[in-house]
Amino acid sequence: MIKVLKAGFFTTIQDKGRFGFSSIGVPFSGVMDTFSADLANTILNNNLDYAVLEIAFNNCSFQFLTATNICISGADFSPKINQKAIKLNQKIVIKKNDVLSFGKVNFGARTYVAVSNGILSEKVLNSRSMFAGITKSYTIKTGDILQINQNYNEENNTNASIKVNENYFKSKAIECFKGPEFDLLSKKQQKQLFETGFTISKDSDRMGYRLIEVLENNFPSILTSSVLPGTVQLTPSGKLIILMRDCQITGGYPRILQLNEASINRIAQKNTNEIVNFECLSV
Amino acid sequence: MFDKITYKPFGEKAILIEWEPRIAVEISEEILLFQSKIKAKKNNSIVDYIVAYNSLTLIFKHQIHSFQIEVEHLKKIYASKTKTFKKASFLWEIPVCYDLEFGIDLLEMSEKLNLQTSEIIKLHTQSLYRVYFVGFLPGFLYLGGLDEKIHFNRKSNPRLKVPKGAVGIGGKQTGVYPSESAGGWNIIGKTPIDFFNINKQQPCFANSGDFIKFVEISKNDFLKIQKEVKQNTYTVSKTFKI
Repeated sequence: MIKVLKAGFFTTIQDKGRFGFSSIGVPFSGVMDTFSADLANTILNNNLDYAVLEIAFNNCSFQFLTATNICISGADFSPKINQKAIKLNQKIVIKKNDVLSFGKVNFGARTYVAVSNGILSEKVLNSRSMFAGITKSYTIKTGDILQINQNYNEENNTNASIKVNENYFKSKAIECFKGPEFDLLSKKQQKQLFETGFTISKDSDRMGYRLIEVLENNFPSILTSSVLPGTVQLTPSGKLIILMRDCQITGGYPRILQLNEASINRIAQKNTNEIVNFECLSV
Repeated sequence: MFDKITYKPFGEKAILIEWEPRIAVEISEEILLFQSKIKAKKNNSIVDYIVAYNSLTLIFKHQIHSFQIEVEHLKKIYASKTKTFKKASFLWEIPVCYDLEFGIDLLEMSEKLNLQTSEIIKLHTQSLYRVYFVGFLPGFLYLGGLDEKIHFNRKSNPRLKVPKGAVGIGGKQTGVYPSESAGGWNIIGKTPIDFFNINKQQPCFANSGDFIKFVEISKNDFLKIQKEVKQNTYTVSKTFKI
């Protein structure tokens, strides 16, 4: 069991999300940065669909009421066990009553904590991913007790840690395909789209990232159709929204770009005021 | 069968199939039929289907290796004469209280449309609405069939909070807010029925292709049904619709 000493501003439990419920309007959800979550689970020999903690702010702490192994991947929030710094992307042996906390934010926007055999919170519609109106709560709360599997492989610390190229967090390049309505854009708009550096606004969350710069927009809404995580919508004001994992499943704004999976993961690690450049992969 | 459907890649894991951009029963039926044919043929590689007015989006489990091969396969399925059972559709009767306490935009609509509120209610309750698809929020039904006389533009400033159960009109559409949310539709009434309840075996009772009819109820009935819904003793009235 893990006791949540301080929940922080936005900490959720996430797995790979829920699929098969679009027919009743339920979003996919799931870890924002699957690359980092997969890495943490892999280092622990977990299945990739095991639930992890997704932490968006460093002001949280947890106490392990049982011994286990953990691995932290993704953003570097200077993780500490009992106030002593630990490494990212390495299996860490946890003793009963150890306390995990975080310090300075060095890079990235979301850090992932994987636990041996995963976090065993309630599964709703085949997933543990928290979402308002689906799971009982949409974030974890201070005082919560998180169940974990106590049968884990007791081993010593391995010193081996995997080094993630920091470019993963720092590169401005966001690769994407043409979206279904891309061809409605004029040559001038297309040029503008690929030559502008777009700034991530503070209105950015698990549902979507709103960008600040405006693209000239003269075409109307479309008949409501599907949208996906990674869809870039052009709103009537000319502002762009990059939809993220908790996005609705349908929308009425033109879908001008579609990010590839790697870029959805990469943008999930960007903070307010960071700048991104779209790069087109379509021929 | 429609000749002009198009297939577009939608990122690495999805294919978007589009019909002509209009709201029509025959297109909606065609989409549901195609979906059931695909479901019958290739169960495991597709993890979800998003149905909308003129589109069907297939979400694949893994990256699509060859878009061309998938499309050829889908075209064959589309053309196949395979008999699929047409899914039974239901007509759901939804009780709505149009009391001015709930129908907070009724008076404004009445004035601007030059219709008595009773006429608006009559027009709203006499139509049969087709459920085209569910989206926007869990349990939000996109309904078609609103009488032209009560088409009414969305509010220019959306409300930050529209209560759960609010029945609204937005342009050519009508619908029910399944949970509290921001929204720009004009609110004409409220239903005590849950359109989405995660604690039920079937969180949302209605499916694409079903029909909805709104039935006017008094405030007393509203309170009574609300209580029954809470106690889990209320059943939404349904009949087969062929």
